[in-house]
Amino acid sequence: MSVDMKMALRNIWRNPVRTILTLSAIAFAAMILVFMFSFQLGSYETMINSSVKIHTGHIQIQAENYNEKKSIRYAVRSPAVIAEKLNKIDDIQAYTFRANGFSLVSSENRTRGILVTGIDPEGEASVSTVDRLIKKGEYLDKNDRDKALIGNLLAKHLRVGINDELTVLGQGLDGSIAAGVVTIKGIFSSGLDEFDRRCIQIPLGYFNDMFYMQDSVHEIVCTAESIYEVENIKQKIEKELARENGKKEVVVLDWKQLLPGLVQGIKLDFISGMIFYVILVLVVAFSILNTFLMAILERTKEFGVMLALGVKPARLLKLVLMESSFMTLLGVLIGLTAGCMLTLWFESHGINLEGASEILKEYGMSGIVYPKLSVVSALSGPLGVLVITLCAALYPALKVTKMSPVEAINTV
Amino acid sequence: MYLDLAWRNIWRNSRRTFVILTAVIIGVWSMVFLAAFSRGMLNNMLKNGKSVLIGDIQIHDRGYRSDPSIDMSIQDPEDVTELLDRLLAPEDVYAGRIKVSAYVSNARHSSGVTLVGIDPEKEKQISFLGEKHFKGKYLDSKDKRGVYAGDALLDKFDTGMGRKLIIMTRNSKGDVVSKAFRIRGSFKADMEATEKNYLFITMDAAKKFLNMPVAISEISIVLSDEENVETIAEKIKEKVDTALLSVETWKELLPMLEAYFSMFNSFMYIWYVVVFIAMGFGIVNTNLMAVFERVREFGLLRALGMKPWLVVCSVITESVMVLLIGITCGNISGVVSVLFLKNEGIDLTIFGKGSEFFGMSRIIYPQLTLYDVVNINFVILFLGIIVSLYPALKASRITPVEAMRE
Repeated sequence: MSVDMKMALRNIWRNPVRTILTLSAIAFAAMILVFMFSFQLGSYETMINSSVKIHTGHIQIQAENYNEKKSIRYAVRSPAVIAEKLNKIDDIQAYTFRANGFSLVSSENRTRGILVTGIDPEGEASVSTVDRLIKKGEYLDKNDRDKALIGNLLAKHLRVGINDELTVLGQGLDGSIAAGVVTIKGIFSSGLDEFDRRCIQIPLGYFNDMFYMQDSVHEIVCTAESIYEVENIKQKIEKELARENGKKEVVVLDWKQLLPGLVQGIKLDFISGMIFYVILVLVVAFSILNTFLMAILERTKEFGVMLALGVKPARLLKLVLMESSFMTLLGVLIGLTAGCMLTLWFESHGINLEGASEILKEYGMSGIVYPKLSVVSALSGPLGVLVITLCAALYPALKVTKMSPVEAINTV
Repeated sequence: MYLDLAWRNIWRNSRRTFVILTAVIIGVWSMVFLAAFSRGMLNNMLKNGKSVLIGDIQIHDRGYRSDPSIDMSIQDPEDVTELLDRLLAPEDVYAGRIKVSAYVSNARHSSGVTLVGIDPEKEKQISFLGEKHFKGKYLDSKDKRGVYAGDALLDKFDTGMGRKLIIMTRNSKGDVVSKAFRIRGSFKADMEATEKNYLFITMDAAKKFLNMPVAISEISIVLSDEENVETIAEKIKEKVDTALLSVETWKELLPMLEAYFSMFNSFMYIWYVVVFIAMGFGIVNTNLMAVFERVREFGLLRALGMKPWLVVCSVITESVMVLLIGITCGNISGVVSVLFLKNEGIDLTIFGKGSEFFGMSRIIYPQLTLYDVVNINFVILFLGIIVSLYPALKASRITPVEAMRE
């Protein structure tokens, strides 16, 4: 250990109370940031996952314009050709076809205009969690024809139960009237109100006949291992699709394009969070600036003596900066550890927000929220604190270099 | 004399005081500003929520909320409207609506919507329809075949003024009926979902189309004074037959928003405390330093016979003074920045869909309430005094003997 280092360490502990208070301020800010960040990122992931897993999937291939207009006309005409190409891409975990048509769905004495979705029962089970969300009855079988799955809220509105019949009346692909009768086989509850209120799923083959789809579909839904691989897979699909047919009739959309409201909502929440954090760090920076300032001003005489003994101002600067960086580092480390511990504890126990469950349900979360500690969420906050605090330490440190030995020695 | 002394003491080291003042000012400013911003956001959500066919109070058939269908209609609306005419102040407005789920299509597109039969003139005064007219004409109350739709819906259907939409639904007898309506005009709402979800026709047209000459789905009331919601709802409840009808306030109709409102205050308090702790360390530290460099002085005061509690008082007076200056400046800068943005608002257009996701408009106007300001100042002053106790007690324990050794 060099002499400078030794001096710096001893100087820090010359006034233990002050040092401890400063450390606590830094550690507190770092801890709060670690926890809040993990909490925010954790809830975003839950929100994204619940939407992605229940209906949109990570990537969808659709006909152009379908995503904006959701009209039955914009269908992918040759899904089998695309499927062949998708088979070549190993990174795709699973994919399935879906077709949608707005219809008037009536039970014996209730009617609602909703989206009817044709699904391939086996493929659907591999991309979404619907098969595991069935609360009553059973999931569709691959041989089922005129059977349907409906959301629990919709079932309540239509006043129907298992084995009841529903009449579906809509518009087919060619503009003609599409009509059919289906029997309810299963009722699911996803927790996403919007989905449970507006969804009815029937076998794709039956949908195909009823809406005169001629084997075309609206969505080819793909899932990836995790959301971090989506970008990569999307590029591969685009490349594969571009290989043969030059004209663009299908588009590849990732979950960000499929759920623009969710993505921007997250962005909005993230930015307002950032504003909170910046303000917090600024307040902390100013409240410790004073400590750094005082630690130097009260030692003016000492610095004067050192200068008079021939210590170069640069070395003094180094000494002072060592003191403050050491303090900051220590504080940040304490905060980081405490923050991680706090987050991990809540990660295993969950934060109970029963009172807010009404709100959370709207975003596909249950009443218990789990923060999620990751390298990013653990390190970015404390890093911010470190940088800002070191900046705050710079101003008092520069004062040292401007001291003249004679004046400094003579201060009381 | 004490005040004089304290005042001079805090300016003995002006740089130190300025630095700590800055911390307090930033802290207070952020609290005031963020409180106003969040308050504005919340009220905006409430206003939006209420304007989309909710209002302050609604009257429905008892079964309507769990089963919003044509069968759950108010059978004798006349009785209710007579009662409302007697109960409500002349400035309060109410209107009846027929509301059913329907299926709309044209040659190429189709979609599920909510079909609403309205009294065009009254509706204008109680919901968003009054201020969001976009193109064409608004409905005329005698119009039998006109429909008023959202701009996004027309866009989705590739259609426009004067063209037809086929509306299909189930009438009061349980038969599926359909009819062509001509598009008279369009509205633009804060949220695209609203534009896509609602189709408006006149009350008379709806009655004929749905074969329900008398009954209506709901009565929506907008009060001139929102504070009275609970009392007026109670009054109506006493007078109507609650076995047949239910009376609900917006709090019951928009449980999400109600939950936001009740959570808002606790979130704000957590935020106040977090910011306070951050500056609290600075306050304690600064005070502590101010005490330690004056050990001799305190020793002398004690030797001259000053009581320890007076020492405590004088130190606390000093920190309260700093806090008060900081709070004042913080409040002023907070209020000024809120006033500055009062007319312009904060534009969230870049998050268009995101703000919509939370049910907000694209522009937020911060709103400062006395309640929030009082709360903030109280929290800071209260906690400020508590944390100053530590240095103050330290100062009071200084004995003359110790002080002389310094």
